[in-house]
Amino acid sequence: MKAESETAELERFEARIDRGERIEPKDWMPDRYRRQLVRMMSQHAHSEIVGMLPEGNWITRAPNLRRKMALLAKVQDEAGHGLYLYSATETLGVAREELVDQLHAGTAKYSSIFNYPTLTWADIGVIGWFVDGAAIVNQTMLAKSSFGPYARANVRICKEENFHKKQGFEIVATLASGTDAQRAMVQDAVDRWWWPSLMMFGPHDDDSPNSQVLLRWGVKRKSNDTLRQHFVNITVPQARAVDLELPDPDLEYDEESGDWTFGEIDWDEFYRVIGGDGPCNRERLNARREAHAEGQWVRDAATAYAKKHASRQ
Amino acid sequence: MTDASELYEVFLQLKQGGPHEHAGNVHAPDAEMALQNARDVYARRFRPLSIWVVRSDHITSSSPSDDGPFFDPGDDKPYRHPSFYTTPRGVRDV
Repeated sequence: MKAESETAELERFEARIDRGERIEPKDWMPDRYRRQLVRMMSQHAHSEIVGMLPEGNWITRAPNLRRKMALLAKVQDEAGHGLYLYSATETLGVAREELVDQLHAGTAKYSSIFNYPTLTWADIGVIGWFVDGAAIVNQTMLAKSSFGPYARANVRICKEENFHKKQGFEIVATLASGTDAQRAMVQDAVDRWWWPSLMMFGPHDDDSPNSQVLLRWGVKRKSNDTLRQHFVNITVPQARAVDLELPDPDLEYDEESGDWTFGEIDWDEFYRVIGGDGPCNRERLNARREAHAEGQWVRDAATAYAKKHASRQ
Repeated sequence: MTDASELYEVFLQLKQGGPHEHAGNVHAPDAEMALQNARDVYARRFRPLSIWVVRSDHITSSSPSDDGPFFDPGDDKPYRHPSFYTTPRGVRDV
């Protein structure tokens, strides 16, 4: 009897998805939809939070006040984006503390890109251009997700991220028209960040275990490979405009499809970094754990203050 | 973790004379901090006219299963809309 009503519920749910309706937290949803959303949304939230670390590395060394203000504002935005996404995940009945504990225990994933080091100031420009550029491509798609709270969080994020990409490209364009040393520095950053940025879109569609169900239920609207191709197509002309070379000898314009075809990603590297063995995985997690532990006294003080005031009323 | 934080829903009034609209939520140990957190999280780029925060567990909401009978009374009274009524030809500004 239960199985029968579940089937009917699932049919109703899928009919709603097909009509393009948004699913809200209290609506019936398949367990797998809920589980995939919690996984995907919490990974997204963790990525925003861990993503503050590579850029935070350069705040005190920004070359001038204008750049420093922009970088501070950008990193603060990433914290805000993490909070929007934790809030959206919590609507599915999972506590934020639980998600944060998973990150600190190393059992939750976050975007592999943040496990690469920021070696020079040019990296800050290239991160804004490539990493935020790729994130915008992904999040613009997620702003149409079938799960209401996730879609709304992404709408808010997309509105704010446009400046992230533009401030990055401004840094890149400035260095690219600078001295030989500055040009070499920004080209080196492009060489190091290009392939990891393409990896941000995840495995090929055929190798992505969750993609099919995520697409069927409208959590995602476009596949990994489609989004990656779109990112390459918009980025190649931008690189040419500032006379920088993307490190891929196979990059070629295909007249027929209108796409820039590109070489194969080093998937061994991708899985190694995802699996915890990238250049900075341990450093990133330690920094998060330390920040959390060192903030404990602030949370304790706020709680004690709230208690004291509550007891006086 | 044992942080005693509560969940607060955040509403912003963006325009003079406009309504307060739901923006999202924040965690905070009390209402005062919830208000500060709401400002930091939801108003980094503009100056809202005012912010409300209310504890999430103080909100009572309809449930999806209510969508039939609960809302029907609002949906079956066409005589509440001006288009239900006819006006003699040539009469204007009624």
